Amino acid sequence: MSEMTYRDALNLALKEEMRRDPSVVTWGEDVALYEGSFKVTRGLLAEFGEERVKDTPISENTIVGVSIGAAMGGLRPVAELMTVNFALLAMDQIVNHMAKIRSMFGGQTRLPMVVRAPGGGGSQLGAQHSQSLETYFMHCPGIHVAVPATPADARGLLKASIRDNNPVMFLEHELLYNSKGEVPDDTESLVPLGKAEVKREGKDVTIVAYSRMTILALQAAAELEKEGISCEVVDLRTLSPLDTETFIASVNKTGRAVVVEECWRAAGLGGHLASIIAEECFDRLLAPVRRVSGLDVPMPYSRKIEKLCIPQVETIAAAVRDVMSQKY
Amino acid sequence: MESKLRAILPDAELIRMYEQMVLSREFEESCAEQYTKGHITGFLHLYSGQEAVAVGATAGLHRDDYILSAYREHAQAIVRGAEPRRVMAELFGKRTGICKGKGGSMHLFDPNLSFMGGYAIVGGQFPIAVGLAFAAKFRKEGRIVACFFGDGAANQGTFHESLNWARLWELPVLFVCENNSYGIGTSVARASALPDIHRRTCGYDIPSERVYGMDVIAVYEAIKWAAEWVREQNRPFLIEAITYRFRGHSMADPGKYRSLAEVELWKSRDPVPAFANRLVEEEIATEAQLEGIRQQALVTLADAVKFAEESPWPEDSEVWEDVYA
Ligand SMILES: Cc1ncc(C[n+]2csc(CCOP(=O)(O)OP(=O)(O)O)c2C)c(N)n1
Ligand SMILES: [Mg+2]
Repeated sequence: MSEMTYRDALNLALKEEMRRDPSVVTWGEDVALYEGSFKVTRGLLAEFGEERVKDTPISENTIVGVSIGAAMGGLRPVAELMTVNFALLAMDQIVNHMAKIRSMFGGQTRLPMVVRAPGGGGSQLGAQHSQSLETYFMHCPGIHVAVPATPADARGLLKASIRDNNPVMFLEHELLYNSKGEVPDDTESLVPLGKAEVKREGKDVTIVAYSRMTILALQAAAELEKEGISCEVVDLRTLSPLDTETFIASVNKTGRAVVVEECWRAAGLGGHLASIIAEECFDRLLAPVRRVSGLDVPMPYSRKIEKLCIPQVETIAAAVRDVMSQKY
Repeated sequence: MESKLRAILPDAELIRMYEQMVLSREFEESCAEQYTKGHITGFLHLYSGQEAVAVGATAGLHRDDYILSAYREHAQAIVRGAEPRRVMAELFGKRTGICKGKGGSMHLFDPNLSFMGGYAIVGGQFPIAVGLAFAAKFRKEGRIVACFFGDGAANQGTFHESLNWARLWELPVLFVCENNSYGIGTSVARASALPDIHRRTCGYDIPSERVYGMDVIAVYEAIKWAAEWVREQNRPFLIEAITYRFRGHSMADPGKYRSLAEVELWKSRDPVPAFANRLVEEEIATEAQLEGIRQQALVTLADAVKFAEESPWPEDSEVWEDVYA
């Protein structure tokens, strides 16, 4: 094991996979010379050269479309969208093309490609640069969606995504890049797509989360332990495929569930998770499922009110206390 | 001495343009300081070096012509008439800000000034500019739309779609490209098949012109002429102003992709002292007068910062205000 940041873990995954497989290429705005807006592609141009590490014009729809073509043509492109907000400019290629091609053409082609995109709010970047769009991709069949919370998962999931023959939206969290954690040294240690992880065991209540929300849920769990509440934290790790088994088993054990999503509440993925829990765990539930979500407003710039729009450790803890207080 | 400038604009107008250039520069320097102190957060893209474009262009437009821009738009808003106090308060996230603290540095807006927004999605402003031009023409308002954008934005699909559309519907849009040679760390040459942005319009039968964007009077004359042409013809035009940003892309960017020699060369072309020298040479102002203007700008900014500091934060309940749907 080695300790490293989430950023370095992603960088390592890219390097390892590019060393292992010469068909892996990467491109995006400012990824080569500038080494990435968030420096995830640091050192790649120097090691792999201009043929495999490329700067692109500011043309998101075409970045994804060219990646699709390259994937159909036998390469394994890893495209970087500078932030997930700009994926909205590429929704045509993502939803109408990338997600459709394998099944629409009767399974006759593979589509081994990854679209990396950092996102999330909390840095006062304003309404157009602070979005959490994971539900948009999860909603669409035909693509995998990875949402790593820790450096180890970031590396393992990115490696698995690059090796996968399906398109993967790989959603990184901007506020996690500097977070540190232990990462296995073995270059063949992958994290499979579609496998959630119990990041903390507990007996009273299950918190289901992903990406940065997992980290906040773990902090809330640590706080709540002092109050005598034992939380189990399930980190989904991928939203698609969705590992329902792990969280269903957990809720069946604890009898209570809090679902945390950073995205907007209206039609957010938390509603989907809550409905699965309601269907699968109905007779084990001791309280209604509670959702903690982003506020349904365009993100305000002012930090004073921005923080109200994003789930915090305290809002998660409050939701847990609330489900614990309900007696049936 | 025969003054060339005086033949173009009256003294008072020239002095006013100089005041705007100095205020724009000092505003950005003040922002940098407040960012370092942690009063301004988020992304902060400064305009230092490009002042001649905002000032020259705005002077060449009518007061009610619409202006749209990207996220490097403080100067454009202030030159159009936005109060430095309210812009600074916006950057501080205070409720007295020009957008009540909801927008921030990248999203200034004031319909009373026909300043129709700073947009942070590269290329997002092009179609909106076309739509405003349609409305203005439809309502026979006689105003045009000045749409500012960067060299990098010219590679977005919306740029091409909007050029085509503006020409097809014969709409009064003046596209103003501020070509500062870089989109973040990627030079125009690495991102554009045809780095001469103004030549791209031939595919849409739109006339265009390139202007030296470090010369405020050259920009003024080019824009003035083009704006009147757009107004009379009800057709789009594109001006590419060659300029340079002295700082990094944003405060987070140390700008290592540019050689020191390149930066120094462009700093030697600094549009603010260049204009000052001309004003003195042509005896439109004295050195002492110009220094007085700078001191006045510093007073204005000290007041703006104080106002921003002392202004109240938004109330928590304001998170739900101005949300209509
Ligand atoms: C759609 C979209 N893609 C990418 C970005 C990230 N980004 C912000 S500014 C910028 C460079 C734009 O360069 P240019 O248009 O030349 O304007 P300048 O910053 O030089 O003023 C990029 C890529 C964005 N904001 N929006
Ligand atoms: Mg530029």
